[in-house]
Amino acid sequence: MKKKDENISAMCKPTVGEAGRTGDWRDLRPVIDHSKCTPFVKKKAACYLCWLYCPEAVVKAGIPVEIDLEYCKGCGICAEECPSRAISMVREDKCND
Amino acid sequence: MTDARIITGNQAAALAARLCDVQVIAAYPITPQSQLAEMLSLYVESGQLRAEYVRVEGEHSAMTVCIGASTVGARVFTATSSNGLLYMHEQLHWAAGSRLPIVMCCVNRGVGAPWSIFNDQQDSLAQRDTGWIQMYCRDNQEILDTIIQAYRIAETVYAPVMVCYDGFVLSHTMMPVVSPTPAAVRKFLPPYKPHTILDSNNPMTINSVLLPNRRPDAEGVLCDGYMEMRYKLQNALNRSPETIREVNRQYAEAFGRDHGGMLWTHRTEDAEVILTSMGSLAAEATVAADALREEGIKAGVVGIRVFRPFPEKKEVVAAYRNAKAIILFEKSVSYGYEGGLCSDLKAAFYGSGINAAIHDHVAGLGGRDVKARELVEAVKSSLARIAEGERELNTTWLNCHTE
Repeated sequence: MKKKDENISAMCKPTVGEAGRTGDWRDLRPVIDHSKCTPFVKKKAACYLCWLYCPEAVVKAGIPVEIDLEYCKGCGICAEECPSRAISMVREDKCND
Repeated sequence: MTDARIITGNQAAALAARLCDVQVIAAYPITPQSQLAEMLSLYVESGQLRAEYVRVEGEHSAMTVCIGASTVGARVFTATSSNGLLYMHEQLHWAAGSRLPIVMCCVNRGVGAPWSIFNDQQDSLAQRDTGWIQMYCRDNQEILDTIIQAYRIAETVYAPVMVCYDGFVLSHTMMPVVSPTPAAVRKFLPPYKPHTILDSNNPMTINSVLLPNRRPDAEGVLCDGYMEMRYKLQNALNRSPETIREVNRQYAEAFGRDHGGMLWTHRTEDAEVILTSMGSLAAEATVAADALREEGIKAGVVGIRVFRPFPEKKEVVAAYRNAKAIILFEKSVSYGYEGGLCSDLKAAFYGSGINAAIHDHVAGLGGRDVKARELVEAVKSSLARIAEGERELNTTWLNCHTE
């Protein structure tokens, strides 16, 4: 049997996925053009403004930069902040998957 | 030897808070509550009470401090009146929704506008739907006893309790009050066990936004949505009368004073007319009922001790079953309708077979004095009109120049 919520006040643990798969809220998907992304082009840790600004902490600051689409809500802040215009917001129904 | 003192209602309340070993107090002074706040700060400063007294800039913050302290496991106390309580309104919902067993005194006072510092019960009645248990006291002894009971009730059902008593009529009037010993109170009131506790070793987020529907958390547990959480609060309050009656019974056993659980009665066995009120006015009604009996009118009183949760239908119907007329006296009004107690009582009678004539009076707003002999006259006037066949009576504003 599934565990029941025994809390009598609203409590939750601050962990990944605590609020469910919030990525399914998304209408616009951030798509990275790595040929323009500074860390990928320079092959070193640099810039990462997308990682810094992401309010959901779903951007992984690696080479290449990765975005966790399970939890990305598609707010577009990363695309707005990217100085090399490497991220574009694409409608989910136009994405090929 | 019995420890009997001649003290005011505010002093009785402060003494009760001290006997309950409260650990955090946050209160902002307001007439007629001020003396209570002063007494508590005196206890803390003089070392008679080992508690933290947090000085705040207003009542909203006072309740916020209580919520924070209760969340980390402290027994907390606050008190306010009138517009101070209204200013606290938002945080009252937070305290109840978080299921924190905070106990607060509301020293009842009329609300502005226009300004009044004097007594009525509009302040606490306006907090009816916040999810707090509300208890009304008749005298200073009952204030002390009810506060001790309130902590037991709050910490059993995990809901905050508002202990209401009339400003000046009780808060500033001296009466003999018997104080239980601290050891006896500690035995009656075990230490507070929080249902959840904020702990840096096990970080939790409390009261984050809940979405309309239930959701699975990271461990796959289907967590309650907003409605489920609110239902739990409603369920807790609906089931609390059992706890309230049991705590009252155990208190009577331990200390010899029984103030009634949810409601109390005075000479109702054969009463044909029943007077009903809350707080000190209900005590005044017992004097009026005795006087009416001397004139040959079979009168009794049902006093509502707990207004929220409202006494259960079964208990209400049993208390009024023989009444042919029910006369209410309320120190508040739901503007545009009638007194709130009257509406609730009528609703409790629906489908019960009780078909007594009910006459509501709004009385004593803004401190206007209500004497027992005026209650007697009001009852006689109601009965005369009912005898003439006027069963549906509009609410009367007692002692008010309405022409």
